[in-house]
Amino acid sequence: MLKNRIIPCLDVKNGRVVKGINFVDLKDAGDPVEQAKIYSDGGADEICFLDITASNENRDTIYEVVEKTSKECFVPLTVGGGVRSIDDINKLLNCGADKVSINTAAVQNAKVVEDSSRKFGSQCIVVAIDAKRKDDGWEIFTHGGRNPTGINALEFASKMEKCGAGELLVTSMDKDGTQSGYDIELMQKISSMVNIPVIASGGVGTLDHLVDGIKSGASAVLAASIFHYGTYSVNEAKQYLASKDIPVRI
Amino acid sequence: MDVTIVDYKSGNISSVINSFKEVAKDKVNIEVTSDLNKIKSSDKVVLPGQGSFKSCIDGLNGINGLIDTLSDFALYSKKPLLGICVGLQMFADIGYEEVETKGLGWISGKVSKIDNQNGKFKLPHIGWNQIKIVKDSKIFKDIENNSHMYFVHSYEFVPNDNSVTAATTDYASNIVCAVEKENIFGTQFHPEKSDKLGLKIINNFINL
Repeated sequence: MLKNRIIPCLDVKNGRVVKGINFVDLKDAGDPVEQAKIYSDGGADEICFLDITASNENRDTIYEVVEKTSKECFVPLTVGGGVRSIDDINKLLNCGADKVSINTAAVQNAKVVEDSSRKFGSQCIVVAIDAKRKDDGWEIFTHGGRNPTGINALEFASKMEKCGAGELLVTSMDKDGTQSGYDIELMQKISSMVNIPVIASGGVGTLDHLVDGIKSGASAVLAASIFHYGTYSVNEAKQYLASKDIPVRI
Repeated sequence: MDVTIVDYKSGNISSVINSFKEVAKDKVNIEVTSDLNKIKSSDKVVLPGQGSFKSCIDGLNGINGLIDTLSDFALYSKKPLLGICVGLQMFADIGYEEVETKGLGWISGKVSKIDNQNGKFKLPHIGWNQIKIVKDSKIFKDIENNSHMYFVHSYEFVPNDNSVTAATTDYASNIVCAVEKENIFGTQFHPEKSDKLGLKIINNFINL
């Protein structure tokens, strides 16, 4: 039976791990390679790096981090943040990333998703959707949550599936950093609408939130703070999910 | 001993390289090349594969003489060869991803889309799934039945002769996820991404 995945996410800036609270307020807290290794040894099903320096200077630091990590961790590694072009994707894959997540570039030019999924295979193309509640629905934002687009999140999710995305990483901006749980309605709506796996993100504060995320229909749950600050280990999270009859790899 | 990972410019093979180097340490030489002579003279060959069936076959065809060299290696020299993911799928006679494409024809069968039962199962099949070992394959030495391996694919290899099947996994139906036919081995899952157990399989292959 296919298991639900738990994916710890590390926010990386200038080659160091930080964790953003609502996308600002950064705290430096460690070496990403070491952190990733702790997670993979602890049973993480995948590791995710979000490079938050990417659009500015010091971009190349992430390549070094990815290269080192991929020599020590033998579980899938997803890297996102500042990925603009096919060249960027190619470079990250060559450094040892297994999947690349695309956010702003996918919104600006869907062809990047089409072309890259054709060139590298859908399996390595993750489209990251940052969504915020607006009126009766959700609007997507780009540039790390800074720029509103006026685009409806559900329509965009469906479009990305057609363009060849292999997975959708859906982050609720309303919930991110609040530790009050995923935006369950958003996850339910998108998961039931698309036929590709959805990774729920944004808002995890307790292990029950992970349970709720899986119950919403997501195939995987992503969390940063609860693991990064040692509130729970990945293994504790998995044991808890298993105790709630959610299939996980232990 | 020389183990060659075939680099035919198709998809991302860095994880395969990293994992083989991790297992090999200094005991085994890992070459990454499309050089036909190096492939011929190596003791074992790894055929990775990412992207579509067609793009991988096109990649092999893009290097003059590569398919003949690999076929000689596998079918006449009968030295151990391991196909991973689309690398395994290409053993088939024919694949149906994108367009109907002729495969290597080393293990009779076809590659078709996983029947997702009208959307009941999401595709790609991504994540950790258990393997049911149905044949005592050499690459599964010390691997327990129902071990978890990492999968990511939407197409499956359907062999004509079930006796080549070494393991299956359950996703919408019973999917063939490992094959062994004499010296030819293949895994649909990614041993290079399957943590310690995956590295164990790689070690088993290297030590054949």
